[in-house]
Amino acid sequence: MVPLVRLRSVVCLLGRFPALAGVDLDVASGEIVLLTGPNGAGKSTLLRVLAGLLPIHRGDAEVFGHDLGVDRRAHRRDLALVGHETSCYDDLTTRENLRFAARASGRDAAAGDAALERLDLTGQADVAHGRLSAGQRRRLALAVALARDPKLLLLDEPHAGLDAEGRVLLAEIVAGAPDEGRTVVLASHELDLTRPLATREVVVVGGRASGRFPPPAPDPVVSGVDGAPTAVVEPAP
Amino acid sequence: MSLAGEVRLVAGKDLRIEARSRVTLAQVLPFGGIVLLLFAFALDPDRGRLAAVAPGLFWVAVLLAALLAIGRSFAIEQQNGARDGLRLSGIDGAAVFLGKTIAVAAQLLLLEVVLGFGVAVLYGVDVTSVVVLVVAGVAATAGLAATGTLFGVLAAGLRTRETLLPLLLLPVITPVMLGATRAFESGLGGEPAEAWPWIALLGAFAVLYLSVGVLAFGPLWEDS
Repeated sequence: MVPLVRLRSVVCLLGRFPALAGVDLDVASGEIVLLTGPNGAGKSTLLRVLAGLLPIHRGDAEVFGHDLGVDRRAHRRDLALVGHETSCYDDLTTRENLRFAARASGRDAAAGDAALERLDLTGQADVAHGRLSAGQRRRLALAVALARDPKLLLLDEPHAGLDAEGRVLLAEIVAGAPDEGRTVVLASHELDLTRPLATREVVVVGGRASGRFPPPAPDPVVSGVDGAPTAVVEPAP
Repeated sequence: MSLAGEVRLVAGKDLRIEARSRVTLAQVLPFGGIVLLLFAFALDPDRGRLAAVAPGLFWVAVLLAALLAIGRSFAIEQQNGARDGLRLSGIDGAAVFLGKTIAVAAQLLLLEVVLGFGVAVLYGVDVTSVVVLVVAGVAATAGLAATGTLFGVLAAGLRTRETLLPLLLLPVITPVMLGATRAFESGLGGEPAEAWPWIALLGAFAVLYLSVGVLAFGPLWEDS
């Protein structure tokens, strides 16, 4: 089966610094892949490369069968990235931001309203983004992602700033993703919250990815560029 | 969604943000008015002299205000990583260019109407052809907005964008300033028939930069 994501020896330079130094990664449809690793390891860069926001400088990268070395735009309509910022406009309300995101992605404005309710933001529907609290903004960022109805959901530290209720909603979204036809790749330091949700864990260290979780995978799908894992993560008890 | 639909979406979003934030009304418009007033003080209170230079002063005021509007158009995309959201949406770069150009042009046209009244009151000009003024104004505004949006994206991702944009834009926009000033001289007390060659120049410039923008904005938007 052709993987949804297929990276081979991918190098991404930020200036002269190799933020990714030869990443191999396969992600199959319906997987929930957890990226872990220390700060500055390259997790966020990897997510932005998958989203097509950063170019690859060496190696091969395919998402949904599209070669990112040739075209970084073709696959974007089918994915959403929740990064460190909300990608919203301060002077638009929560509802307006969601409807714009839905329509810009080729969906109906109703998809934005549905995301508003799903993230329990109806009370803030007519509040400008600039007046939302940090936690409410984080929920809105998740809602924007869902309004796009993505097949591939990329989450970068999605728990940051979320309250307890928001974390429950996030867990529901991630856990329910395969049933909704979504694949999830998330980077997180909240291992207690994310490991139980993940079908596989990938450790990113020094711009390289390695690891396996759970163990029964026939072959480590992910390895460093030289084939030798830089670290192995055991399943959570 | 069709290209036209995407253009409407981007233009509507930008105009809604400007209507909500009122930057054009509260900052750009007063700025243009102050520029006109300062010119009036600086040159001479003699209305005859002011009337003679009114077309040039009007377009200099519009140009300076346009720099603010264009900068603002890209500043809103820098907030909260909104630009990444727009890029990820898959909206065509040409649609972003045309949508932003339309939004900037709409603000400039509003500005020009208000400044036009300001010029009439402050400088005491005689209007000989409203048609010339309207057609020249629309053509010049289209060229100014298209060029500004195209060069705005070049400067958008840079920390020096506020100072870089005028440096990039002002030399390129010279034909618009020249053509618009000459056309307005003909519509404000001159011979209206003499305006049409200049209006043709303005139209050609607008078509050229709209075409270049449609083709070039997408790659610049991706990599700036």
